[in-house]
Amino acid sequence: MIAIWLVLSVITTPIAALVIGPLIPPGNDSVQGMGQVFDNQVLIAVSAPIMCFVLVVLVYSLIVFRQREPAAEGLPIRGDAQLQVYWLVVTTAVVLGLAAFGTYELVKDGAGGGQGPSPTFLPPNHNTAMPVQVIGQQWEFTYRYPTFGGIEIPHLYLPANTLIKLHVTSLDVIHSFWAVNLGVKADANPGTDNIAYVETRNPTKIEIRCAELCGLWHGYMFDLQGRVVSKTAFEPLMKAQQKIYGPVSKFLPPFATSYSPEPTLRAG
Amino acid sequence: MSEGVQTAGGPAQTVAVRQPPVWRRLIGFNLLTGVLLGIGGWYLGWWLGHQVSGASIAYFSDTDQNDIALFLGYFTAVVGFLIGMGFLQYPIARLRGYPPSLREKETEGIGRYFGLCTDHKVVGIQYLFGVGLFFFIAGLNAMLIRFELLRPTPVFNSGNYLTLVGLHGTMMMGMMTSAVLGPFANYFVPIMIGARRMAFPRIESLTFWLLMAAGGILMTTVFFGGFPTGWTGYAPLGNQANYGMDSYIMFFALVGISMCLLGLNMLATVITMRAPGMTWSRLPIFVWGVISTSILNLLAPPVLVAALAMSLLDRTAQTTYYLQSGGGSQYLYQNLFWFFGHPEVYILALPGFGILLELLPVFSRKPLWGYRLAVAGMMGVTLLSFLVWQHHLFVSGINSSLRPFYMLSTELISIPTGLTFLCGLLTIWRGSIRFTVPMLFALAWFFNFLIGGLSGIFNSDTPSDTTEHGSFYVMAHFHYTIMGGLVFTFFAAIYYWLPKMTGFQLNERLGKIHFWSMFLAFNSTFLPLFAVGLLGQPRRVVTYAPHLQFLNDWVSASAFVLGLSMLVFLYNLVYSLLFARVRAERNPWGSLSIEWQLPSPVPVQNFDTIPVFQNDPYGYGDGAGPVTRPVGVPARGR
Repeated sequence: MIAIWLVLSVITTPIAALVIGPLIPPGNDSVQGMGQVFDNQVLIAVSAPIMCFVLVVLVYSLIVFRQREPAAEGLPIRGDAQLQVYWLVVTTAVVLGLAAFGTYELVKDGAGGGQGPSPTFLPPNHNTAMPVQVIGQQWEFTYRYPTFGGIEIPHLYLPANTLIKLHVTSLDVIHSFWAVNLGVKADANPGTDNIAYVETRNPTKIEIRCAELCGLWHGYMFDLQGRVVSKTAFEPLMKAQQKIYGPVSKFLPPFATSYSPEPTLRAG
Repeated sequence: MSEGVQTAGGPAQTVAVRQPPVWRRLIGFNLLTGVLLGIGGWYLGWWLGHQVSGASIAYFSDTDQNDIALFLGYFTAVVGFLIGMGFLQYPIARLRGYPPSLREKETEGIGRYFGLCTDHKVVGIQYLFGVGLFFFIAGLNAMLIRFELLRPTPVFNSGNYLTLVGLHGTMMMGMMTSAVLGPFANYFVPIMIGARRMAFPRIESLTFWLLMAAGGILMTTVFFGGFPTGWTGYAPLGNQANYGMDSYIMFFALVGISMCLLGLNMLATVITMRAPGMTWSRLPIFVWGVISTSILNLLAPPVLVAALAMSLLDRTAQTTYYLQSGGGSQYLYQNLFWFFGHPEVYILALPGFGILLELLPVFSRKPLWGYRLAVAGMMGVTLLSFLVWQHHLFVSGINSSLRPFYMLSTELISIPTGLTFLCGLLTIWRGSIRFTVPMLFALAWFFNFLIGGLSGIFNSDTPSDTTEHGSFYVMAHFHYTIMGGLVFTFFAAIYYWLPKMTGFQLNERLGKIHFWSMFLAFNSTFLPLFAVGLLGQPRRVVTYAPHLQFLNDWVSASAFVLGLSMLVFLYNLVYSLLFARVRAERNPWGSLSIEWQLPSPVPVQNFDTIPVFQNDPYGYGDGAGPVTRPVGVPARGR
C-alpha cells in the first residue's frame, strides 16, 4: 500500500505543481499575481501526496477489509502510541512549514491584499510607488490620480512595469476591490484608507469586480475596460483623461485618504 | 431517582375516559394557542411601536419606516407564542406554591409532538422534523439560486435574488446549527449516558420552539421586502437596508439564544447525569462530539447576540456603533460577527466528526482506534476555533501585522482535524466493513472533508486567499466542509438512528439510490465551483461573465440532480414511515451501544432500572458471543 501511495504521489505531485499549478489564476499579469501562482504551486504540491495518502488508505481498506462473511469481526486494535506520535510530528511539521512559507510569501510583497492605512508588508522600493485611489460607491468604482491633478475617472489605467500603491476606500458601504487578473483584492471601507501594493508587468486588460456584497446592484459592479498600458502610452492617455475629466474634478473635494459624504442611512 | 422503576408506558388505567370534543381540546396551552397569541402579539407590538415612535419618525425621518414597531412586534410575537405554548405555566405555578416537578407533559399520542413536551425523545423527533423542514425550504432557495445562474444575465429581479441568497445562507447557517445537536443529541445523549431525561427538560423544549419561532420570523422577511446582506449581515449595508433586515436580526438573535441554551443543557446533562460507571473515558465518541460542540454553542452565540443588539440599536435608536461617520466602526461588526461566525462553522462540522467516529466502529466491527486522540482532536478544534476569526478579514484592511498569526492558527486546525482522519482511517483498517447506507454516508465524509480541508489550506494561506476571498472558491470550500461534512453525516445519522427513533426501517434500496445520487451530484456541483471562483466570479452576484456560463450551467444541472436526490430521500421517508411500515429490529446494526439494546422506539422511561456501565461501547472483535445484552447492563468482558 505504501508502494501504491509512493507511486501515485510521484506521478501526481509534479503534475499538480507544474501542470495544474500554473493554470490556477490570477496568472502572470503582475508580480503579486505571480507570487500567488507560485504559492499555489507549492500548496498544491504539498496537498497532492496528502490527498493520495488518504484516498489510497481509504480505498485500499474498503476493498481489502470489506466483510467477506456474515458476522465476521475486525481486529480489536485500540491504538498505537508510536504511530500517533509519528502522525502528530508529520502533520505538525507540514503545517508549520506551510505557515512559514505562506508568511514568507506574504512578507515579501504583501501579496496584493489590502493592508489597511499602515501596511506592514512592503514590496521593495515602495517609496517610489505611484499612488492611485480606488473609491467604491454603490455601485461602481472610480479612480483618482493625485499625481495627475487629482482627477477622478471611471476606468482604471495603469502604466506597465510599475509599482502601484492603491488606496482603496468607500463612500457608503463595504465593497471589495478585486482586480481579478492582477491578483489584487482590498475591501473598500467608508472612512478608511486600505492600501494594497501591486507591481504591473506587461500591457493587458484589467478585469475588476466587487467581491463584497454591497447591495442591490452588487452583481453589476464590475468594469472590464481598465487597462495596463505601456509607460510611453500612459502619459498621453492620462493627459487626455485630464482634459476630459479635469473640469469636473475641480468640483470634487480635495484629494484625501478617505472622504466623509453625507451619511445616507436609508438609500432605499 | 424518585421517578423510579415504573415500567414503560405504565399499566394502562383501563377506565374508559371519555375524550372531550375536539374544540374543547384545542383550548389550552398548545401550538394553536401559541400561533394565535404570537400573531396577536405581533399586532400588539406593531401598534405599540407606532404609538411610541410613529409621531417622531413622521416628523424627523425622511422615510415612514418604523423599525421600532417591527422589533416590538417581533418581541411580543415571540413572548405571546411562548405563553401560548405554555412555557410560563410552570414558573407561575411554582410562584403560587405548587411543588416542583421535572417531568410533566408527557402524554401519549401524536399531540405531544406539537407542543411543549419534556420528554427528550419527543423533543428529538420534533427537532428532526422542524430542522428538516427548514433544510428543505433553504434547499429550495438554493435551487432557485442555481436557476438564476443558468444565464449570465438576470432572470429574477436583483433584490429578490439577494433575498433568496440571504434566506438560503441564513436559514442553513441558523437552523442547521441544531441539525445534529437538536435531533440526535437530544434523543440519544441521555440514553447513551444512562439518564432518563435532560438536565433541564423545559429549557430543552424551549430551545426547539425558540428555533421554530425564529424560523417563522425569518420567513416573514418576504413580506417586508427581504434583506440584501446575505447571511453575514455586514454593518453599513445592514444599517441601510429596509424592514426585512429586522427579520434577519431577530432571527439570528433568537437562534443564538436557542443555541446557547441547547449547549448549556447538553453540557449540564453530560456533566451531572451520567449513570454509575459512565466515566469520561467510557463516553461514546458521539457524546464527546456533542460536548465539544456544546462548548462552542455556549460561548460563541452570546457574541452574536451582542453584535445584533448593537445592529438593532443602530437601526432603531439611531446609534452609530457600526457607522464610521458617527464615530463607530464597521470593523467592530466584522470582528464580532466572525468571532461568532468561525466557531459557528465548527458547530456545524464537529457533530459530523462525532457521528463519523461513532458509526465507523459499528460497521467495521472494530473498536474505535485512538479514543483519546479522537477526543483530543475534537477538543483541539474547539479551542483553536476561537483563535482564527480574522482569516475572514485578510483583505479587509485591519491590522495587517497580525496576518501571519491568523495564518498560523488557521493552519494549526489541520492538526486536530488530521487526528479525526487518522482515527477514522485506522478504525476501518483491518476491520470487517459492511457497506450499509449509514456507513456509505459516513465514508463519504472522508472524501468530502478531504477536499474541503485541503482547499481550506489554500484559503488559510494569505497570499493565495487574496484571489479566493469572497469568490465562489470560498463558497465551494465551505459547502465541501459543511454540506460534505455535516449534511452527509446528518443523513448517516438519520439512516442509522431513525429505526430506533421511529421503530420503522428505512428502505435500504432507496437509501442507496439516495446516497449515490447525492454523492455524485454533490461533487459534480461543488468541484467546478472552485474553478468558477478562481476565474473571477464573486459570491452573491446576479450576473456573471459570459465565458463562465458553461461551468455555471454544469453546476446548476448538477445542483438540480442534487435536489432530486433529496426528493428520493423524502420519498423514502414517507414510504417507509407511512406506507411500508416494516418494524425495525431492536438492534439491526449489531451495535454495542446502549441505545440499541433498548426497544424500538425507546420507551418513555428509557430504562427499567438505571444501567451500570463497565466499559465503553466499542468492544467489537473481542470474540465474545452475539451482541445482545439485557437492558440496563451494557457490560461485556474484555
